[in-house]
Amino acid sequence: MKVNTEIKKKQEDYKFESPMIELSRKFLKKKVATVSFFFILFLIILAIFQPTPYDISQTDYSNTLSKPSAEHWFGTDEYGRDIFSRIVYGTKLSLTVAIVGVTVGAVIGSILGLIAGYYRGIPEMIIMRTCDVLLAFPGLLLAIGIVAIIGPGLINVVIAIAIYGIPNFTRIIRSSTLAIKELLYVEASQSIGVSDLRLLFKHIFPGTVPALIVSYTMRLGTAIITAASLSFLGFGASPSNPDWGAMLSSGRNYIGIAPHMLFYPGLAIFLTVLGFNLLGDGLRDTLDPKLD
Amino acid sequence: MRETLVELKNVRKQFLASKKFMEEKKYVKAINGVSFEIYKGETLAIVGESGCGKSTTGRAINKLIDIDEGEVWFDHENITNYSSHMMKPVRSKMQMVFQDPYGSLNPRMKIRDIVSEPLLVHTNLSKKERYQKAKELLEIVGLNEGHLRRYAHEFSGGQRQRIGIARALTVNPKLIIADEPVSALDVSIQAQVINLFKELQREFHLTYLFISHDLSVVEHISDRIGVMYLGHLVEITAKEQLYKNPLHPYTQALLSAIPIADPAKKKKRIILKGDIPNPIDLPVGCPFNTRCMHVQDKCYKIVPQLQEAASGHKVACHLI
Repeated sequence: MKVNTEIKKKQEDYKFESPMIELSRKFLKKKVATVSFFFILFLIILAIFQPTPYDISQTDYSNTLSKPSAEHWFGTDEYGRDIFSRIVYGTKLSLTVAIVGVTVGAVIGSILGLIAGYYRGIPEMIIMRTCDVLLAFPGLLLAIGIVAIIGPGLINVVIAIAIYGIPNFTRIIRSSTLAIKELLYVEASQSIGVSDLRLLFKHIFPGTVPALIVSYTMRLGTAIITAASLSFLGFGASPSNPDWGAMLSSGRNYIGIAPHMLFYPGLAIFLTVLGFNLLGDGLRDTLDPKLD
Repeated sequence: MRETLVELKNVRKQFLASKKFMEEKKYVKAINGVSFEIYKGETLAIVGESGCGKSTTGRAINKLIDIDEGEVWFDHENITNYSSHMMKPVRSKMQMVFQDPYGSLNPRMKIRDIVSEPLLVHTNLSKKERYQKAKELLEIVGLNEGHLRRYAHEFSGGQRQRIGIARALTVNPKLIIADEPVSALDVSIQAQVINLFKELQREFHLTYLFISHDLSVVEHISDRIGVMYLGHLVEITAKEQLYKNPLHPYTQALLSAIPIADPAKKKKRIILKGDIPNPIDLPVGCPFNTRCMHVQDKCYKIVPQLQEAASGHKVACHLI
């Protein structure tokens, strides 16, 4: 009798549980991923609410290059500006640039990958050979090249990150599409008479999502590094903008006397990238229904 | 004369096997001139070894593969050259149940979405109506409402095959192509699923094309049986006729291989020599001439055509 009620209870659970709740329950069991998730959430909140104790461009020449203290948690830079405030502001810049750039790249790359993998033939050849050309450039060089063509500035960094991401997403989605297309449930849907569009987006695309999510989060990490590198090299944000990469760039002149100028922006980049990567792993485990 | 639902006329299909640079292209000859009819309301079973073209034949009917030669007629329509757009209304009348109940259900969709998908494609019902219909169908195949929101991996093989059957039934098809629907299941479950097939046939006046390699399964469900060998239909007749009086040597060998659950009963077993020839290089003449025990000179020269040996009993053999 007891067993029976338990089964019944379980069925009722299924009845009232939305898929989102089901998935989040599964996700929250993974500790590392949960911590990363809340860290990313924390960064997003920082980015939105901007709890900066000082104005980011307020200079204080009596207090330049000072070490971290109760007054200036992360110390001050060569103009006496508060590094903590600038890093908080930089969070907004980095996250916006990375998320917008990678999302645009992922959307375009996924569509191209689905087309190449599903229709094969000439469209596949054109898409994949173009990707090969783009991938032939060493990573950062492509981004620098794009920025060099369209000019520096944050929006152009976003465009560079998007273009830089497209071939990777196209490849990943194409290879998943090739595998999923051969699965029996896709054939079953074809035999039902499902349209190509529905087949691609309802049956094939969801199967590529785990690969896409892992790749997306890793790419967010890479994009943050790319954006920082471009700023470091002077191609990205204008130096007055407190981008993490730009902060590293100005800090490197003072590495001997004020290492905190490099340490905190570097730490911000490191933790953010790590957070995105761990979050991606956790999401992958959660979204695969077979890994229960 | 009974009404014909499906008719295949001399259907051929070959697949590209290898394409090497500067070399002749090689083709696997999957179906070589197969012709048969399926009558309304009957169960036609197609039996044969692996790779004899059974599944390809099934997929030629619902145009999951495009045939190279011949004609496919369904419900008095020649659908041979239908585009996928023109096929859409036809597809609602023929549904398929697949061999592998693990692979044929999308693991990322809930059961109610899987079962109601044909309704989404072929009707204008609202979501609520579709789910209602999915619920009714699940009850018909012996599952319950609580299963609607689950995913396929939460079910056993037999349950999944029931879900596959429910999906095939949603749009009230005339024909169900069942491609080895029970061969992935345990024997005890096989019987349940076959009985379900029979009940549904009575209730919904379905026509089945039942593809199988298992003659003991086929005996329970079919009205007529077609035997395929190397992409040729070698014999087709009513079930009783085939089990009582098989005419083609291959059919005789197949039937002699069915085990009998009676150790006292001795039966002469025909052992075939050798393997199935490679479907890339078919034997000249009769496809069975490499293994036949009655082979004659003629068999190496001329391909035997399917001929009526008795009323409704067609055989492709020179010796008949």
